[in-house]
Amino acid sequence: MSSNYEDRDFGFEREYDRNMPRGPRRMQRRKICRFCIEKVDLIDWKDVKLLMSYVPERGKILPRRISGVCATHQRMLAEAIKRARNIALLPYAAD
Amino acid sequence: MAEKRTYELMFIVDPDAGDEDVLKLSESVQKIITGQGGSITKTEMMGKRQLAYEINHRRNGTYVLLEVEGSGAEIAEVERRMRVNDQILRYMTVRVDEMRRRADKLKDRRARKAAKKTGNGKSKAVAVGTDSDEDESAA
Repeated sequence: MSSNYEDRDFGFEREYDRNMPRGPRRMQRRKICRFCIEKVDLIDWKDVKLLMSYVPERGKILPRRISGVCATHQRMLAEAIKRARNIALLPYAAD
Repeated sequence: MAEKRTYELMFIVDPDAGDEDVLKLSESVQKIITGQGGSITKTEMMGKRQLAYEINHRRNGTYVLLEVEGSGAEIAEVERRMRVNDQILRYMTVRVDEMRRRADKLKDRRARKAAKKTGNGKSKAVAVGTDSDEDESAA
């Protein structure tokens, strides 16, 4: 059994440049929450211009993993967007 | 019901209604509120704007925003009236005093944190970009 393992190629010995990005996620910079930097405590549901930047064309709420918004602010943002939708400031779904 | 609450009341008026109608409507709403013991702290006519989706086959609407202070009874009354009014396409009331209080708390916490940090005088270095790969060639 042990000799079998030695024969197999696990890719440990393969040579590659250490600095070369492997895989698509490698090079991504760490995203930071815009609201934390601006010290926002309250996200206004009437601020359509701001909310629009977190609602892509389809009308869905932009996920945190894309925008980099922190959990606290994402929660506020989601609530504000939902309120704005209710009063027809933002679409529920756009075609 | 001694507690005072603050609400934001927004409603959309039919675009076919004239400016006077909108004004009259808003005044009647304000009258109801003051009649019930509430007070209006802010009035804003946001004007005609496009709706994000159709409501009653209308694509536009006139937005009106009121900020109301009161016990909550007047909100119930106003909403009851709005529900039966055909000129009002949509209304929404949001209680804002609790939201604002929460925001103040957050602000407070942030200020305390900042004070603590400057008192410490130490800035943490963030380790970024360390390659976590442990691939030693088995020679």
